[in-house]
Amino acid sequence: MDLSKDLVAASATPLVLGILAEGDSYGYAIIKRVTELSGGHLQWTDGMLYPVLHRLERQGHVAAKWSASDNGRRRRYYRITREGRAQLAAQRQRWQIVDSTLRGIWMKACTA
Amino acid sequence: MTIADRPLEEQIAQWRAYVRRRQALHGPDVEELEGHLRDQLVALTETGLAGDEAFLVAVKRMGSLDALSREFARAHSERLWKQLVIAPDADESPNTAHAETLVVLSLAVGAALAVKVPALFGHPINPNDELPVFYARNASLFAFPLLAVYFLWKRGSDVVSGLLLALPFAAGAVFANVYPFRIPRSDTSLLTVLHLPIALWLAVGFAYVRSRWFADGGRMNFVRFSGELAIYYVLIALGGFVVTLFTFMMFRAIDMNPDWFVAGWLIPCGAAGAVIVGSWLVEAKQSVIENMAPVLTRLFTPLFTILLLAFLATMAWTGSPINVKREVLIGFDLLLAVVVGLVLYAASARDAQAPPDFFDGLQLLLVVSALVVDGVALAAIAARISEFGFTPNRVAALGENFILLVNLAWTAWLYARFLRRRGSFAVLERWQIAYLPVYSVWAALVVVMFPPVFGYR
Repeated sequence: MDLSKDLVAASATPLVLGILAEGDSYGYAIIKRVTELSGGHLQWTDGMLYPVLHRLERQGHVAAKWSASDNGRRRRYYRITREGRAQLAAQRQRWQIVDSTLRGIWMKACTA
Repeated sequence: MTIADRPLEEQIAQWRAYVRRRQALHGPDVEELEGHLRDQLVALTETGLAGDEAFLVAVKRMGSLDALSREFARAHSERLWKQLVIAPDADESPNTAHAETLVVLSLAVGAALAVKVPALFGHPINPNDELPVFYARNASLFAFPLLAVYFLWKRGSDVVSGLLLALPFAAGAVFANVYPFRIPRSDTSLLTVLHLPIALWLAVGFAYVRSRWFADGGRMNFVRFSGELAIYYVLIALGGFVVTLFTFMMFRAIDMNPDWFVAGWLIPCGAAGAVIVGSWLVEAKQSVIENMAPVLTRLFTPLFTILLLAFLATMAWTGSPINVKREVLIGFDLLLAVVVGLVLYAASARDAQAPPDFFDGLQLLLVVSALVVDGVALAAIAARISEFGFTPNRVAALGENFILLVNLAWTAWLYARFLRRRGSFAVLERWQIAYLPVYSVWAALVVVMFPPVFGYR
């Protein structure tokens, strides 16, 4: 199933923050985790994750640092900050509102 | 795990070079993306894809580079403002950039100190007096040789061509100082002040283009460099002016008089050092920032055209003749020089292959109206030149007028042919370029010949 670009873009921030809340991670692993969590339905264009990460870093929601990885090349690891967690909580509330609203309408549609 | 696959490594290197060209993507971003690409490649080859298949898939999943760099630009909007922080090139090792900074700084300090050397040999700068003419006559000798050294170093020239280039500067030093001018501010002495820099700038040009004087636009690049340097120099000078004002304000506030420092050190040393620093900035940013000189040309060509036409129309309407005063010829020389500059810098930014457009027509109009204005002025002056007599200033001004007039007349002819599609723009560009040494040769003539011919008056 294809998700519209807008929907993917809108969900990117809470998704990335949520994954980082599970533990520090890096770009490739985050993408893998997204695919895993969505059961393969949410396919990001790989490159697009990085501007999102950089924007979050700039906003102070995540912090990044270069460290060595197991393959000998250095890798940029991202960690969620305290502001990031607050942002995640705020995002969760917003999405819950959207979710419950949609749910209400779909319940009605089913019963009608 | 590394990918032990040579063709694949080459493909990755190509991809990296391609990504690096994106302005919004900086070195660390590219490294991060490459790391991602490699992770993806490893995962894909583990599922059984061959190296090149995996590469195709991985690059495809990375997404369109255009969209990617657009997103990066949105995340880092400041990157669209091309910053001149002298970021070393990706291809250049940080060592060379570091060495260049060192060389430039020492040359700039060298130029600044060179200004103070004459003070050791009986040419002090007195803050309460005007700057001795000695300094004005030698102004170009403080900074230009060091600028040439910078280019020789940068282009990796050998010692022989370096020594050859020292000759014009040595000659300049001799002719600026051996002549027994009757008084320091004699006419011929002041002519040397004005003409020596023009003559020596050609030598700097040789150092700049090195062996490519006659090849692939070397001279045009030097023209571009000169224009940009002039703009940078003005900007640096404005900054220097602010520093000077604050120096005065602050030290006077504590009842100290900084005159000796400002007049003796800050202004002269700064002026010499700024030539080197400005050149370095131009060199460093030539690929980073849009050239300014052609932009100014585009702005001012229409304005000057209107000015000249309005002048002609007013003169025709009122019938008032040009009031031939002593300096009027020099004024019209400057006007022609500005027009030549406009033509030259318009040519420097123009694609020689493009067909004629509106702006070319405007240029022709500008050149023709400048020729008419200068013709009117010359006619007025010629009638009274015998009355004034042939002073060195007047002969120099007439010679310059002649040189610029020849250039513009032929330029007008070439522009007309180009606009009627009988000739190409490249011919016009070649003409302007070929004419460049004429200015310097004439300037050298004025420096070398005029003082003895006119009896050092």
